[in-house]
Amino acid sequence: MKAFTKHTGLVAPLDRSNVDTDMIIPKQFLKSIKRTGFGPNLFDELRYLDEGQPGKDNSQRPLNPDFILNQARYQGASVLLARANFGCGSSREHAPWALEDFGFRAIIAPSFADIFYNNCFKNGLLPLVLKEEEVDELFRAVESVEGYALTVDLENQTVSTPDGKVYHFEVDEFRRHCLLNGLDDIGVTLEDADAISAYEARRKQEAPWLFPAG
Amino acid sequence: MSGKTLYDKLWDAHLVKERADGSCLIYIDRHMLHEVTSPQAFEGLRLAGRKPWRIDANLATVDHNVPTTGRENGVEGIEDPISRTQVQTLDANCNEFGIVEYGMSDQRQGIVHVIGPEQGATLPGMTVVCGDSHTSTHGAFGALAHGIGTSEVEHVLATQCLVQQKSKNMLVQVDGELKPGITGKDVMLAIIGKIGTAGGTGYAIEYAGSAIRSLSMEARMTMCNMSIEAGARAGMVAVDDKTIDYVKDRPMAPKGEMWERAVESWRELKSDDDADFDKVVHLDAADIEPQVSWGTSPEMVTNVGDRVPDPANESDPIKREGMERALKYMGLEPNTPMTGIKLDRIFIGSCTNARIEDLREAASILKGQTIASSLKQAMVVPGSGMVKAQAEREGLDRIFLDAGFEWREPGCSMCLGMNPDQLGEGEHCASTSNRNFEGRQGFGGRTHLVSPAMAAAAAIHGHFVDISDYYDRAG
Ligand code: SF4
Repeated sequence: MKAFTKHTGLVAPLDRSNVDTDMIIPKQFLKSIKRTGFGPNLFDELRYLDEGQPGKDNSQRPLNPDFILNQARYQGASVLLARANFGCGSSREHAPWALEDFGFRAIIAPSFADIFYNNCFKNGLLPLVLKEEEVDELFRAVESVEGYALTVDLENQTVSTPDGKVYHFEVDEFRRHCLLNGLDDIGVTLEDADAISAYEARRKQEAPWLFPAG
Repeated sequence: MSGKTLYDKLWDAHLVKERADGSCLIYIDRHMLHEVTSPQAFEGLRLAGRKPWRIDANLATVDHNVPTTGRENGVEGIEDPISRTQVQTLDANCNEFGIVEYGMSDQRQGIVHVIGPEQGATLPGMTVVCGDSHTSTHGAFGALAHGIGTSEVEHVLATQCLVQQKSKNMLVQVDGELKPGITGKDVMLAIIGKIGTAGGTGYAIEYAGSAIRSLSMEARMTMCNMSIEAGARAGMVAVDDKTIDYVKDRPMAPKGEMWERAVESWRELKSDDDADFDKVVHLDAADIEPQVSWGTSPEMVTNVGDRVPDPANESDPIKREGMERALKYMGLEPNTPMTGIKLDRIFIGSCTNARIEDLREAASILKGQTIASSLKQAMVVPGSGMVKAQAEREGLDRIFLDAGFEWREPGCSMCLGMNPDQLGEGEHCASTSNRNFEGRQGFGGRTHLVSPAMAAAAAIHGHFVDISDYYDRAG
């Protein structure tokens, strides 16, 4: 997995709450058996005016000029500023895959849906929670200053603005550790293989019906 | 010290290890797989040269992509080559790793959350996961069940565990008697309307109270299914006689002496009387009316007798904007009576409401009736091959067909329209599924979430009607 330590990038504001994972990457793109290539269809129904399909040439499709990621000033954005309950709905990991493939490295919101939040960490994408007022402040700043960039520092758990303001965010220790070091968490779990086997042995005594194959 | 909640008990029983950094390894008893969220996980295993930890804990089926007509041609009959590849990829992966799969031509095939309980693959006291957010369904059995992402699918395959943080406990207590015609779906939509789509974020919800006890297992599954629409990954109901009766004699349920032992242990699967919950929500069952969603989020729901809300009355600017956007997408004017919305299609199906009881409920309304001529289509998609066969034995297929419904093969179908079953742009659909997100059922499609009975009654009239009147009239 890609590590995340510190990142400075242009911010794009997506000013709507309850952005669901169907919106982040619509179902027709979930037919892929790969993990990559979802970026061009990120926010497909918001971004284009026609209906997207796998295999369709996206460069020929009419863009929705009102959508934030189509506006000149947000080209190259790598930090997404979002509203409450971002990533709700389906558990599809294609959502973080699409955000990451598009070029986002961090998402800032007042709250995230649980499964989406968890999925981001597995893909080198940092979802971070700031207070509602802080997010409001950032929305105002991004909209008023062209080229507004933020620095996200996972080591120190901070977000710094161009004018020197620093916000602090919380993240649990295990996720932080894995992301900072780009660790494969399956490998980490397998270090506890003995504990898993011991649990199974005990459980087979307590609840043998859970192990019909013996 | 206070007692334990059901969730605490399930958590403790599956805790393999708490690591120094506070993260926990939780053992997974049952892992269900489907074609959409598993291919990259199997690929990951291969790339890392890893083997599944415990083959017999896994059970797979194809549901999202499968067509609901023309199934006699099997996998070859899937017209979309990308969908076909995804289905074939699951077949190949299950073959390679030796995982049991109910493929397209197996009668046990169906929506993953319908077949688990149906086969007894879901048992009380288990941890159940699947790369699908509606895995919360299985919590109806006093199990700890939730959706996971594809990286976690790979993690479970390789280690039989998940790295977890414990959630907080929420109790949703529904007491009193439900009015005739009010279903688990209405109760759940009312709960989501009350606590919002993020109300359960960070919590495991337990549904309790006399109204929940009175519900069938199917209705409890409907409720637990939509826990994720309330933001909670897991929803659950304590074990009682109904749970045990439902599980008994299922193909994969324990038998004989083992059954007796299991039942004795399952009886403990309830919250202690003195258990502490971090949050408690009360609903009075008698207040719950038939529910219909009007917007593009499951919390945008109201009583069938009400009107489409007016954003002008909303003081929170972000919410107001969300409502305005939803109404624009839905093509609805504020203050329109819910019964005045003209419908184009009716969909009875999905892991929320495609079990036998749901079909019986809808059929009881449709018996001897015909659907409105203004509808473009009405369809029933049974949740599994077993549900379909049972319904046909009971003659329900005839009732639906005679009324003008299409009777389809099992799968997810128009719940998300990954197969050809989709809404057209601007079409309004009364749907028994769980999500009314923009584009969910088809590009530009407009979903109204309802119970099977409400969908059936709406099919007859071409618009929503209050199902309670229906039950009053029917006696
Ligand atoms: S029926 Fe709908 S919600 Fe249920 S698993 Fe299938 S797509 Fe998901």
